[in-house]
Amino acid sequence: MAFPSKLSRRRLAGFSLVFLLAVFAAAGPVLVGVDPARQNLYASLQPPGANHWLGTDLFGRSVLARLAHAAQLSLGLALLAALSAAVPGVLLGMAAAWRGGATERALVLLSDAVMSLPGLLLVLLLAALAPGQAAALYLGLSLALWVEYFRVSRAVCRPVLAGDAVQASRLLGFGAFYLVRRHLLPALAPTLSTMLIFSTAQAVLALAALGFIGVGLRPPTPELGLMMTEFLPHYEEAPWLLAAPVTLVMLLVLGMMWVADDGRSHG
Amino acid sequence: MKGLVFAETGLGALLARRAVQALVLALFVGTLCFFMARVLPGDLATRIAAGRYGHDLVSNAAAEAVRAELALDLPLMQALLRWWGDLARGELGLSLVTGVPVWDEVTHQLGATVHLALAAAGLAALAGLPLGIWAGLRPGGWADQATVVMAVVVRGMPPFLLALVLMLLLAVQLGMLPVAGDAHDGGLVLPALTLALPLAAGLARVTRHATREAVLTPSHEFACTKGLSDLQALLRHDLRHLALPVVAYLGVQTVFLAEGALVVETLFAWPGIGHALVHAIFGRDIPMIQGTALCMGLLFLVFNLSVDGVCLALDPRQAGRSTS
Repeated sequence: MAFPSKLSRRRLAGFSLVFLLAVFAAAGPVLVGVDPARQNLYASLQPPGANHWLGTDLFGRSVLARLAHAAQLSLGLALLAALSAAVPGVLLGMAAAWRGGATERALVLLSDAVMSLPGLLLVLLLAALAPGQAAALYLGLSLALWVEYFRVSRAVCRPVLAGDAVQASRLLGFGAFYLVRRHLLPALAPTLSTMLIFSTAQAVLALAALGFIGVGLRPPTPELGLMMTEFLPHYEEAPWLLAAPVTLVMLLVLGMMWVADDGRSHG
Repeated sequence: MKGLVFAETGLGALLARRAVQALVLALFVGTLCFFMARVLPGDLATRIAAGRYGHDLVSNAAAEAVRAELALDLPLMQALLRWWGDLARGELGLSLVTGVPVWDEVTHQLGATVHLALAAAGLAALAGLPLGIWAGLRPGGWADQATVVMAVVVRGMPPFLLALVLMLLLAVQLGMLPVAGDAHDGGLVLPALTLALPLAAGLARVTRHATREAVLTPSHEFACTKGLSDLQALLRHDLRHLALPVVAYLGVQTVFLAEGALVVETLFAWPGIGHALVHAIFGRDIPMIQGTALCMGLLFLVFNLSVDGVCLALDPRQAGRSTS
């Protein structure tokens, strides 16, 4: 095969799919260039055409523009939440593996406590604190996601820290920063990249689920779950409407599965 | 002596761990709800009085009476301590919307949620286990292929999408089942199916691998040498080997069930805890938010605990391992 041997074909497809979605989210709103809130009540529920590639919704708003903005909002928020969960998660995981003893026990207790709540419930409760605000959703998502990073990085770092290479580095007099940079981070890197994609996708799904049942972001914000709720009543007269956000979510799930599938079987 | 041994083995550690989780859960939910009550716009006493006596009958005197009765003018820390004290005594208060004690509402809804979860788990086991065992006995056969396809199609789909597809397909297009609610016969089918399908797909794959491993053990080979058929040997000798990963998998899936229940109950208007929680959030009904969130968290913990217990009973060797 022409592909590099480290990445299987399926995994590569997964990464490209996720990348394409990210590009759509990042550049889509600018490229489409239509205000997602501009209504045109004369052009309500138009089928896909030259003017509106994905048709228009009940208020004559361009579905493509709304989809692009929704993707940008969801993916951006989710990526931000995943990143801000990853940094403290990984640092705490390293600290737990490094210090051991009481520190480790306390941190494990903390992560256990967070895990006692289903993630979506945690997000929902924080969202209830400030309804319809992206910041509350972001906080809830980060709080729910960091545990995974903590557990994985603790599990990965423990054997590395106990290994000969780290002992040699220590004997040579290298400090903590060097150990983290040269030993721990390289050991974590392959897992982390997969985990970032995975938890970002999870966060997007959680946002969409909350939007769909009406407790996430509020209309008229374009959001994937909200769009589904808005389009559901028109699925018989305008099935292409509902298909747009559903397809986007399914593509994301597919990309996530391809990326993760191989990651699991080949380590 | 025996009690000491018990405390050191798996079950004691397990119970202690879950008890700490339950405590932290209660503290977290309680504190969050306390601040939610404080952050809300408007005067708390007036709002509670309005909830109690109706909006037309609220007067300043009524609000003052409520304020004095519930000691709402206490400083923040004292009020928080009081709130925790109420929680510790199990006083969840009255629902701000219906005026019914939160306990009554929650116990009522808990039944519906447990009903739904059990129906989903039962359906998943009925479909997933036989398929998985069959696939495991004949790797590469049609059952094996079918479970792979099922796993790829259904597993990845988030519950709300699956619910949408099932709703449109079974209820609207074919008109076979009621779309939502629990008042009609068969109202349970769609929400239970939504939760059961992904669970069944995952269960079939895990069961298939577990069966495959059980069939390859020396004990199974010996049983076959004795003259038992594959199925007989499976039923008599391999079930315990097989059950362990399957039950452990169910334990991992409790999160999925809990989160799924939240979404699926809301979508199908199934009057359970998740539905009540979402509606309490809509109505800003803080005692109800607290009660339902606590109840959901505890349900989740109890489910996890029972899965851990079953795992321990199936494989007593784990007891020594978990403490070391």
